[in-house]
Amino acid sequence: MIDPPVLDVSDVRIAFSGRKILDGVSFEIRKGEFTGLIGSNGVGKTTLLRIILGLQRPDSGEVRVLGAPRSSRSHSLGYVPQKVVLDADVPMRARDLVALGLDGHRFGFGRRSKHQRELVNEILHDVDAERFADSRVGNLSGGEQQRVLIAHALVSRPQVLLLDEPLANLDPKSVQEIVALLHKVSSEHGVAILLSAHEMNALLPVMDRIVYVTEGRAASGTTDEVVRSDVLSRLYGHHVDVLKLHGRVLVVAEPRPEADHLPDHPTLTVS
Amino acid sequence: MFAGFMVNAWEVATIVAVVAGVVGFFVVLRGSAFPAHAIPNGAFAGAAGANLIGLNPLVGLGAFALLAALGIGTLGRRGRRDVVTALALVLMLAIGAAFLSQSTEYEPEIFSLLFGEILGVSSAEILPVAILGLACVIAVGVLYRRLLLTSIIPEIAAARGLQPNRVELAFLIVLACATTMTVPVVGALLIFTLMIGPPAAARSFTNRPGFALIVSVAIALVTVWAAIACSFETNWPVGFYVGTYSAAGYGLGRAYAAWERRRGGQLGPDALIATLQSATS
Amino acid sequence: MSLRRLLFEPGFFSSAPVHTAVLIGAVTAVVSAVVGVFTVVRSQSFAGHALTDIATTGGSGAVYFGVSPLAGFIGGGVAGGGMMDLIGVQRVRSRDLATGIVLGAATGLAALFLYLDATQSATTGVTQQILFGSIFTVSSSTIPIVAICSAVVLLLIGVIYRPLLLSSISPDLASVRGVGLRVVGLLFMLALAVAVGLSSIAIGSILSTALLIGPAATALRLTRSIRGAMVVACLLGIATTWLGVLLAYDSDYWDPSSQGLPVSFFIVAIAFLIYLLSGLAARRHVGRRNGDIPAKEACGLEDDTTSKAVA
Repeated sequence: MIDPPVLDVSDVRIAFSGRKILDGVSFEIRKGEFTGLIGSNGVGKTTLLRIILGLQRPDSGEVRVLGAPRSSRSHSLGYVPQKVVLDADVPMRARDLVALGLDGHRFGFGRRSKHQRELVNEILHDVDAERFADSRVGNLSGGEQQRVLIAHALVSRPQVLLLDEPLANLDPKSVQEIVALLHKVSSEHGVAILLSAHEMNALLPVMDRIVYVTEGRAASGTTDEVVRSDVLSRLYGHHVDVLKLHGRVLVVAEPRPEADHLPDHPTLTVS
Repeated sequence: MFAGFMVNAWEVATIVAVVAGVVGFFVVLRGSAFPAHAIPNGAFAGAAGANLIGLNPLVGLGAFALLAALGIGTLGRRGRRDVVTALALVLMLAIGAAFLSQSTEYEPEIFSLLFGEILGVSSAEILPVAILGLACVIAVGVLYRRLLLTSIIPEIAAARGLQPNRVELAFLIVLACATTMTVPVVGALLIFTLMIGPPAAARSFTNRPGFALIVSVAIALVTVWAAIACSFETNWPVGFYVGTYSAAGYGLGRAYAAWERRRGGQLGPDALIATLQSATS
Repeated sequence: MSLRRLLFEPGFFSSAPVHTAVLIGAVTAVVSAVVGVFTVVRSQSFAGHALTDIATTGGSGAVYFGVSPLAGFIGGGVAGGGMMDLIGVQRVRSRDLATGIVLGAATGLAALFLYLDATQSATTGVTQQILFGSIFTVSSSTIPIVAICSAVVLLLIGVIYRPLLLSSISPDLASVRGVGLRVVGLLFMLALAVAVGLSSIAIGSILSTALLIGPAATALRLTRSIRGAMVVACLLGIATTWLGVLLAYDSDYWDPSSQGLPVSFFIVAIAFLIYLLSGLAARRHVGRRNGDIPAKEACGLEDDTTSKAVA
């Protein structure tokens, strides 16, 4: 008996200023799956995530969460946005920010119950943030802040966790730590993860499925199914080569600005 | 200075300080210093207008404050918020100038409305001020967690189904109410300093939002009491002392934070206690 | 012929106060537009407005100490602006906080000066004058000073133009290219303080802010480049000012028994109105949030022919 998908995106289309950003994107995510949403900058990953969250309405297409049509008040989606700026002047501890994940949407002053405080402690322990739980959020490093935001999203035990480019501004060590953390959380709590990134290599060890987005179209499946020369060439509409070396993947195309997927690697000429 | 006629001033000032500390905590958190300045300033135009048609100036003050809050809240969604605040403010001031140009009289009351006046507080004013003050504090209490969430991580708040725009509008309305009711002692022009100086200073002394709110009220109380005492002694306007003491409080808070950082310490009650211990030993 | 009679009440073109108002209004509109475009882009509208109040404090202080009001306005503005820059940080929220603190202290001082001044002159007139100002009461002898100070401000902006542009649009990009952000920020603040002090004494503090922010914000919604915005803002500012002067003059004749409405009211109302109308125009550009211009386009740094929509 196969579980129904926790997230079902079907034929989503949206255009801005006459330019098609997403042109019929479809994919499914099942319980506990780790999915990477891969595509270069500006390709529409954030837009897609915002559509899933209900912050943006698509021109056509549908998003279903746990079988029900997406309503913006659904609590089964956790979210870690891109570029959250936390001021060092703000008097708020990491612990307080995480606690707001439980009840930040409620009215009233809210004295937290013992049970609620225990939930907060638990999740802080799970993301390994206990040592800076009482520090100011604005004083934390990038990786530490990321953990706190993840804890904030997870403390209410959602079914799906969406992360928008969480690895973008982290040093390589922090990238590894966060990826490992997410994988652990995903398997321990059965939370499905949809994580957008422009570089897939850091995720290869943990990704169950990949949704590869470019030119408004997407291919989804396992890494082996999708990250192949023929599939990606069809997606791009021109020839690309996929090279696999030492467990890493390199997508190579003719030198054109739009085809550069790996901004920190030079574009190789294939003749 | 604690004679019978001054008691009213102390009572009202205390209420004003509590409201300023509570509302001001979020003014600083949300970076709403400009609206906190613009709303009472613009509201003053309403006072002039009410004066013109023979109404109690406070009625006009409240009406225009509300108008300013609604204007900034709704127009601010589309345009840049600081631009909208500036234009709404000057529009109201210009309307006020138009009102004033129509009347040949000029009430000296206007000065005390603007800069504060401790002797002019009658005991009849205390109850309305207390009720409005309570309403403001309760409103902030009701919105507390939503305000925190939308102030610090608005992107996530939106995803959780909160509407940051609505929360902002509600907060501006509370701000309008708070600035209107503080006119009796502190004056419309200077209430905003009470809402930014003490809360900004409070941030240096604790890491917890709840404590910061309490410290903010405490510093506001000290500021207002000192201002009244000094004003009573020298006869100079209360507003002068409120403005300068708020600035001094802000300066002290910044200095303490900088000093703490240089010592490599983490801001918070532990640090404060440690400092006090080492100072007294 | 009758249309001209309808639009322009008798004596408009020959009235000397009108000449002065039109000239000073145009000069300050141009300076305000140029400085205002940068003020809006840098999100320093609060500073721009606060400086008018601080300049006015300087003015009332100057009156109390018997010094030239112009020196008070500009000196006060420069002192306040310098203070704001000193204690402010790069983050917008902290900057507005610093602006508010300095403004509060200055307003407190203004209260003190007005109170101490009460024995010397009527409090009522001074308070009103300080708060609202009036373009028609400006004397023609002020024109040369206004012109010179305006030229100084424009010169300063011209000198720091490129680093100012870069640091306003993208501070990160600017510091990478070696632009001293603090220095540029301070110099701009000084230019702003002088421009605002000037316009405050010439046309009053309300108009000072209105002409600083209104035309510039409108222009930024309508055009895609900073240079274009400055041109459009100048034109809008001059048009707004002249139309306001005209209407104010005419309003004296509408109802013979009453006073006529002050020119500040008309100019501000017009500026506010065109800003609102530009909002309707800006809404047609779908996918551009809040009229923000993509950084590189506004800078004219790269010829970005492929427009990238915000994802």
